[in-house]
Amino acid sequence: MELLRTDRISKSYESRLIIRDISIHLDEGELVSLLGVSGSGKTTLLNVLSGLTVPDSGSVFLCGKEITGQPGQVSYMLQKDLLLEHKRVIDNVALPLVIRGMKKKEARAEAERYFGQFDLAGTQMLYPSQMSGGMRQRAALLRTYLGSRKLILLDEPFSALDMITREQLHSWYLNIMGKIGFSTILITHDVDEAIMLSDRIYVLTGKPGEIHHELRIDIPRGERQDFNLQPEFAAFKRQIRDILQQPGI
Amino acid sequence: MKRRSESIRAKLLPAGAFCLIVLLWWGISAIGIVPGYMLPSPADVMTAFIHDFPNLMTHALVSVTEALYGLVIGTVLAFALACAMDRFLVLEEAVLPILVVTQTIPTIAIAPLLVLWMGFGMEPKITLVVITAFFPIAVGLLDGFKGADPDAVALLRSMGATRRQIFYHVKIPAAMPYFFSGLRISASYAVVSAVISEWLGGFEGLGVYMTRVRKAYAFDKMFAVILLIVIVSLLLMKIVNLLRAVSLPWLKFRHETAGKRQ
Repeated sequence: MELLRTDRISKSYESRLIIRDISIHLDEGELVSLLGVSGSGKTTLLNVLSGLTVPDSGSVFLCGKEITGQPGQVSYMLQKDLLLEHKRVIDNVALPLVIRGMKKKEARAEAERYFGQFDLAGTQMLYPSQMSGGMRQRAALLRTYLGSRKLILLDEPFSALDMITREQLHSWYLNIMGKIGFSTILITHDVDEAIMLSDRIYVLTGKPGEIHHELRIDIPRGERQDFNLQPEFAAFKRQIRDILQQPGI
Repeated sequence: MKRRSESIRAKLLPAGAFCLIVLLWWGISAIGIVPGYMLPSPADVMTAFIHDFPNLMTHALVSVTEALYGLVIGTVLAFALACAMDRFLVLEEAVLPILVVTQTIPTIAIAPLLVLWMGFGMEPKITLVVITAFFPIAVGLLDGFKGADPDAVALLRSMGATRRQIFYHVKIPAAMPYFFSGLRISASYAVVSAVISEWLGGFEGLGVYMTRVRKAYAFDKMFAVILLIVIVSLLLMKIVNLLRAVSLPWLKFRHETAGKRQ
């Protein structure tokens, strides 16, 4: 079932067109990546999807209902984990619930239920500065999940981590997505990450950014262990590289 | 181990420098380079301090009360104005330059006017402390509000947070370290401002007492008052530091983490 759809979104800043006629869709439970080089308008598109930016033209629909320019409908996680240093982890995670009007005590109790599933048990009363990079990222992901249990938008959330932590988080994320059952739109410029995690990949190219190609990664998530060492992975990578290296892109 | 030795060094060095200055002072008054009635020795000052202690405390209580009232009122006003300036850019553009100009007016020049306008009671003293304490806190807070991480603001906006929620969850906490830095400066000025104001008229307070002993040429007692002002100011600053540590517990962990990473 279709969860999110965009209809020909265009956006410009200071009379410079950043993205043009972007139409994408996402089904329930899917992980779709937006892959593109720097400056192709990936973050602008995510800002439009999250409602932070109003597009010049085009619309965003969530479960068939138009949400263009309405923040708070889907959850958004930026490159930095953005945990608020003055709040304990439990209060950081419960923040979206408090923002929506839930009482602090109830929000804490609700957030607490997921700490085990997100491998964060025992960290509730810590401050973010007391946690490792991977733990912080998981806490930020839990906060994002509690913000919208249907759809999470991720803007290069793993790019600041070292390779080993990143790979561990990739497997963990696929696992938790399967267990809890939510959908994700992931922005990345890392081809390996896109292939490793996605069900589908939209390749954004050009200036202004446009969807150049849509690629389906038809390997079940349960079989992605060591997928990056297999010939199919290399074939996908070559295909994407060929698209990105085309003249004029 | 290295951090501990650095901490000991940081305490020993100023203590050593202080002892050296006191020794120098002692030497100058003992040799008689400056006559004893003009520059009493540290021992004479300590004797005056001990003998006059009950009297000093009575006057200190008045000055500290004025300083605390002034600090509290100055903090409340600074907080209100900083919030308003952060909310309305036009207000910041209109008021901030005037605030900066007011800081170029010496406190000693305003004090007589305040006494003329408000009389010899506590009011002119408290007003002078308010004027002195207000600026560092207001500017500190405004800098803190402006320094809030724009990505954190965007994150809260994406959650559907209202302006008030963003202010409460992101901007105020971001401004708190700046607020305490401003408050520490204001606390150090507060007692001095109260004393300066008391010089120009009043019935009680360290400034009034200082004027009396000056007229009697009791230099040892004057130095004793100065010593007490220093002690009270340092105590106020220490209290602000303690308040900061209690109110912002996360900073302790952040500093510890930063220390480990170095």
